[in-house]
Formats: sequence, structure tokens, C-alpha cells
Amino acid sequence: MNYWPLLGVAVIVIGFALRFNAVPVVVTAALVSGLLGGLSPPALLALLGKSFVSSRMLLLFVLTLPAIGLLERAGLREHAQRWMARLHGLTLARLLIGYLLLRQLLATVGLTGVAGPAQTVRPLLAPMGEAAAQKILPGLDQADREELRAIAAATDNVGRFFGEDVFIALGAVLLIQGFYTQHGIDLSPLAIALWALPTAIAAFVIQSVRVWLYQRRLQRRAAALRIDKAG
Amino acid sequence: MLRIEYAYWLIAAFLIYTALRNLRDGYGWHAAFWLVLGLLFGAGDYILKRSAAGHTLPSQLAGVGVIALALLAPRLHRKPHPESNSAQTRQQSAIRLGHRLFVPALMIPLVTLLVALFGAWLSIDGHALFAAPQMTLTGLALACVVALFAASRVARTPMLEGVAEGRRLLDAIGWAALLPLLLAALGQVFTQSGVGTEIAAIATAFLPTGNATAALLAFALGMVLFTVIMGNAFAAFPVMMAGIGLPLLIRQYGAHPAILGSMGMLCGYCGTLVTPMAADFNLVPAALLELRNPYGVIRAQAWSALWIFVSTVLLMWLLVFR
Repeated sequence: MNYWPLLGVAVIVIGFALRFNAVPVVVTAALVSGLLGGLSPPALLALLGKSFVSSRMLLLFVLTLPAIGLLERAGLREHAQRWMARLHGLTLARLLIGYLLLRQLLATVGLTGVAGPAQTVRPLLAPMGEAAAQKILPGLDQADREELRAIAAATDNVGRFFGEDVFIALGAVLLIQGFYTQHGIDLSPLAIALWALPTAIAAFVIQSVRVWLYQRRLQRRAAALRIDKAG
Repeated sequence: MLRIEYAYWLIAAFLIYTALRNLRDGYGWHAAFWLVLGLLFGAGDYILKRSAAGHTLPSQLAGVGVIALALLAPRLHRKPHPESNSAQTRQQSAIRLGHRLFVPALMIPLVTLLVALFGAWLSIDGHALFAAPQMTLTGLALACVVALFAASRVARTPMLEGVAEGRRLLDAIGWAALLPLLLAALGQVFTQSGVGTEIAAIATAFLPTGNATAALLAFALGMVLFTVIMGNAFAAFPVMMAGIGLPLLIRQYGAHPAILGSMGMLCGYCGTLVTPMAADFNLVPAALLELRNPYGVIRAQAWSALWIFVSTVLLMWLLVFR
């Protein structure tokens, strides 16, 4: 077997580890693997170009930017923050766990495109989360804000990933079923999808606990600050 | 009839607008980068049609375009775009407009949802309004246009102002926006040049046999590792199944196929949470949320990924050999 195309993987690992600009790293890896794998340069160029334009849907999120940008210019994030500050029952943990549940349920019925980092996290969830954290610990610094936004994006990802696998008509389940059919094992999509439920529940519990622990950490820091001031 | 290609043409127009604005502001490299990308998007439909008809020249030119993007990307510096409205103006506007600001923002998920649920039944004069392929994504594109229109009404600002704001955000995201597409292309090249089968051959050569638990662990870890390398659990699944899952776990140790398939795939998803190769989930959100650390989102979800992986492997071990 020809193992030389694996050098493309090495290019990726080294490139990402040394934090080079990722775009040329990825293209170089593709050229290395393709050429060492025996593709002729014209065939490799055609493959690269064709697969690039075939996945254009991955840039669809940029269409949200004009609307989001206009609303942010008109104070959307400021309003989300002011509103959060007034809602006393809605804590940071409740906000994020509630979003997680909603995101997971939507993905379970196949609606993964409805929410996402551009559609819901940047304009709504992140500023509301910042305001909720501000209620616990006034005077968050830049690093805290960034960590909070990262947690909001992580919650969005976990909800999406571990919901979509329960939906029978989506890629994952059909891929599993297709693989088994090719190898002479017949399974119904529902039988496969149901076994994604235990992990879906585990993922919900784990992410919720982590969000709650983060909130408790903020509360402890706030308490320590109060003691410092009192003493 | 609304097709997903219209959305791509809209993106192409937005990208070319971004290029022209950059050119006017004197950022030549940025302008060239967005222009090449815009042309690739505008011509994408034509490229795929010609390629299906057996003409490779347009795809080859697209390949040249991709290489040009790779050469241009390191020249893009993240330029600090000043916010176009001061914090005070935005506060005042927020107080004045109040909850009305939420309406266009919520229209994006809501219109998408409506199209996804009911789009199939909408028709004008017997012609379906939405083409069946990628209907949810077509809905998302429509939702963005509707939301921009609504936002311009609510904020009493011309729509073009919104496009200019969008360009500001796009410039802030920069080349990171491109990574998901490039990684998808890399995945194709990896598959064509046999990287998958090579890794599977190495994995099976080192595989502990004779012990069902060890084989299961190797399968689960292999799913994670392979997903981290390829950035996609879908690429890892057939390889690990053909290498370990089917011949050893199912045929030899009698593992339950549905449980093994479903939970094995989910082990791969845990890998997706920790790899920069899954740029659309990990690196693009970091850029979109303006985090200084491009791996900030991965860091935030790494522990979740580990615990979800551990509990899935445990469940699988308990259930799969019934």
C-alpha cells in the first residue's frame, strides 16, 4: 500500500500546531496528499475546484450578516443586555440550559438550520449571557466576556450535535443504515435513531452541569469580592 | 421557483460588494480575496453543470481560484473596524426602539422554521414555490432577506446601510469564513488519494484482538481520532466500521449493530467538538464572536466532549454485547 499520501495529514498537524495561517496549510495538505496519491495535476485541480464549489452551502451564514449588522448598529445587543438585567428570575444557567434544551429539541426534529452561531448566538444568546453574568459579578473583564461567549457557542454546538442524531431523516442515521445495507444487515432508521437517545440525554445533563458549575464559579468570585470589600 | 442557487448568487453579490468597498478604501489584497471568492460563488452552478457534462476546464479554473485564495489569505490582516455608531448612540437607539429590535432578529429563525415545515405545500399556479433540495437552507436565505427588510423598517435605516454593516462583520471574520469549504475539499482529496484506507490499515495492524472490550475501546477511540484528523465523523464511520466494527465486533463478538452504529457515530461527534478541522463549528464561531483565541470555542467544549465520550463508551460497553 502507498502510505505517502499520509504526509498531507502531517502537513495539517504541523501547520495547525505552529499556528500558521490555516488557509494555505489546508490547500498545501490537499496538494501534497493528492499528488502523492497519484492524481495528475489537472485532475487534482479539477477535484479541488469542484469539491470547493459543491460545499457552497457552508458560507450561507454570511447572508445573516447585513440584517444582524444593521440591528446591532441600532442597539440590538444593548437592548438584549438591558432586558436581561431586568429579568430577575432568569439566571445565566437557566438561560443557557433553556437554550440548550430548545436547540436539542429542534435538532431532534431535523431543524438544525434554524439556530446557530450567526443566526442566534451572536445577536441574542451571547449578549444576554453577558448581561446575566454581569448580574452575578459586576465588572466582568474582557477575558471573562470572551469565555462566556465561547461557552454560549459551545452550548449551541452540543445541543445541535447530540440532537440531530436522533432525527431519522438526517445524514447520520441514513449513513449508518446505508452502510449496514451494503453489508447485508437490514435495520430500520428508527432502530438506529432510538439508540442515540441515551447519549442525547447524557450530553444534555453534562453540558447543563458544566454551565451550572461555571455560574457557581462566578458566584464564588462575587462572594469573595464582597468579603474583600467588607473586610 | 426559489432555488438554493439564488442564495449562492446573493452571496456572490455580497462578496463582490465587499471586494469593491475594500478596493475603494485602498485595501487591494482584501479586495482581490473577496473578488475571487465571489466569482467562484457566482460561477459555481455553471462549474458543476459543465463538470457533470464531462468538461473539466471550468473545475480546473476553480481549482486555480482556490490556490489563489490560499496565496491571498496570509496577506489579509484583521483590521480593526471602528464601530460605525458610538456606544452612546447605540444605547439611545436601544432605549428608543426597545423590543421592536427583537422582531427582525427572531424573523431569521422563525421564517426558516416556517419554510422548513410548510415550504413543501406552498405553490403559485401549480408551481412549487420552493425547490425540494436544500429547502431549509433556501428558507434561511429568504429569512435573511426578510429580516434585513424588517430591520431597515424598524431602525429607519436604508437597507444598503445594512449591507455595509454586513461587510464590516465579514471583514472582521476574514479568511476563517473560507475554512469549512476548504476542509470539505480536503476531505474529498483525502478520500481520493486513499488516506482513509491507509489509516484504517495502520489502525487494524495495531489492534488488540481476542478481547471484545479492547476491540470496542479501539473502535471508539479510532472514531474520535479519525474524526479529529478528517474533521467529520461521517468520513470516519465507514472506515472504522469496515476495519473493526463489522469484522470483529459484530461478526466475531456478536455486537448489536444498531447500538454500535449509533453510539459509534456519536463517539465521532465528540471528536468533532475538539478539532480545528471542523472549522464551521469551532473556528468560524470563534471569529464570529470576536474571540482573540481562535481555539476559544474548542477550549470551552473540550471537557463536555470528554465526559460525553466517556459516558457513551460506558453505555455502549453495557448495552452492545447483550
